[in-house]
Amino acid sequence: MTVSVNIRKTLGALTIDAWFESAGGVTALFGKSGAGKTSIVQMLAGLMTPDNGQISIDGTPVYDSATGLNLAPERRQVGYVFQDARLFPHMNVRRNLEYGKRRSRSPSRNRQSTSTGTGAKFDDVVDVLAIGPLLDRQPHLLSGGEKQRVALGRALLSAPRLLLMDEPLAALDAERKWEVLPFIDRIQRDFGTPVVYVSHSIEEILLIADTLVLIANGGVSAAGPVEDVLNRPDLLRAAGDGNAGSVISVQATHLDPAYGIATLAFAGGEFRVTAPDLTIGERLRIRVRARDVSLATQRPENVSVLNVFEGTVSNVPTTHGPQVDVSVDVGGAIIWSQITRKSFDDLALQPGSTVFAMVKAVAIDRPAGAGAP
Amino acid sequence: MFSLSPLEIEAVQLSLKVSLWAVAISLPFGIAVAWVLARCEFPGKPLFDALIHVPLVVPPVVIGYLLLILLGRNGAVGGWLYETFGVTVAFSWQGAAVAAAVMAFPLMVRAIRLSIEAIDTRLEQAARTLGAGPVDVFFSVTLPLAGSGIVVGVILAFARALGEFGATITFVSAIPGETTTLPVALYGLAQVPGQEGSAIRLVILSIVIAFAAMFISEVIARRVRRRISGA
Repeated sequence: MTVSVNIRKTLGALTIDAWFESAGGVTALFGKSGAGKTSIVQMLAGLMTPDNGQISIDGTPVYDSATGLNLAPERRQVGYVFQDARLFPHMNVRRNLEYGKRRSRSPSRNRQSTSTGTGAKFDDVVDVLAIGPLLDRQPHLLSGGEKQRVALGRALLSAPRLLLMDEPLAALDAERKWEVLPFIDRIQRDFGTPVVYVSHSIEEILLIADTLVLIANGGVSAAGPVEDVLNRPDLLRAAGDGNAGSVISVQATHLDPAYGIATLAFAGGEFRVTAPDLTIGERLRIRVRARDVSLATQRPENVSVLNVFEGTVSNVPTTHGPQVDVSVDVGGAIIWSQITRKSFDDLALQPGSTVFAMVKAVAIDRPAGAGAP
Repeated sequence: MFSLSPLEIEAVQLSLKVSLWAVAISLPFGIAVAWVLARCEFPGKPLFDALIHVPLVVPPVVIGYLLLILLGRNGAVGGWLYETFGVTVAFSWQGAAVAAAVMAFPLMVRAIRLSIEAIDTRLEQAARTLGAGPVDVFFSVTLPLAGSGIVVGVILAFARALGEFGATITFVSAIPGETTTLPVALYGLAQVPGQEGSAIRLVILSIVIAFAAMFISEVIARRVRRRISGA
């Protein structure tokens, strides 16, 4: 296990009781603000001490209340990218980048470690993050996106065994986000450093995460591969995501430039979405919000909706609010629909009922940037 | 036309020597105390804080007298120093430096403390995650970022030391060529009828030196600030 966490900590009214493991890649922690995500990564970094529990990184324990082990942050070899870049204002970009590199543990000392170990080379990191032209500048002259890229590079060059990112894009506007997000993805692929990524944006998680850990009220409400966890709208709503729905792996099979419509094949058929900038053969994950899916018991005719799928109801809602989540099995893929309890009763739906799920093409999130391998 | 008499040169040299030494010996302690006051919480902190500020509120003569009791050849500390090492600071220029250092200390601590309190501790956290231990963080992040405050503290202390009179004359008296700093020499001249001309020359000298010190400090502080924020 690359990262193994089992910790408890009481912080005022919030009690954190978190247990999760990650085998590598990008592990996203998702939850409402105040759910305890930041506290968890701070405890991973050693900036906050749990009340009790164990943390091990790269197979080495860094905290264990049973043995009294509690390594100082500088001895954990954990890189930390904060929401605010926290570049040192009295150093230029080059010296900021070198700060961690000069202090990283010598290669011989972590040769036994299985992952990154010796860390990335200065020129490679500068290259991948495209910060070469910034090296001689002072931090206050950089844009928000540039600062975050330098902060990423600085953390990476300290030869971390694990990279923590605490909402690194939250302080950036939408455009700046796209100056940073692809780099996070590249870091993972080029340097192989495992990442724990805190976010409250499902879009970011869809693009870069492999494993998803849902945090609610200090506890872990679900953990597993991104697509499995994201297909649990009940859990996602509890974790604070109003846009919960289905995540479906698709491949672009046809493009219609005249209408700007792309056809995306999935297990249960084909989606047609407005996405003019895809290329044929590209694989991506799209997200269909449950509230954008309507259900009918007969095949609708003469409707503007481009995506109509025949499927069977595969669950009975267990909640008792005015809205219910209904899952529809379409050729093995699950499409969630959020409808009113009244409609659910009027249509007399039950497990096994044949339904037609309708999704407007424009309601499907533009499969931004693709990139996910 | 404006050439200095040997007596004036002596007073200026002595004043500069005493003030520079006063600042030099108090700076490490000043930074340490400022850091403790800015970053540490411990029982008795208000008392410690008050004690540091005593020279600011107590008449300088009182401080001079206390120094005499403590550091004089028969004093508690002074006696031990004399018997063990054969050194004494009373009635010497070193004594004048000690008096000036004590009087200037609170000003220095105040300026440095404010600048340390203004540093974002999250930068220090970031440094820890990059592999720097607490001492390393202090020298590579805290101290450079407190730079402008340290410059201000040094200059304030230097100016205060240049002007020190009450504690100095009480502790080390006015020994020609040994403890006659500018203010002490000026006071001496002011006591003698017919020396008004010489006294005025010392007054002008004092003002020129003080202005030069403030000017240099402003230039340095500006440069330090610009290096950090580009403002």
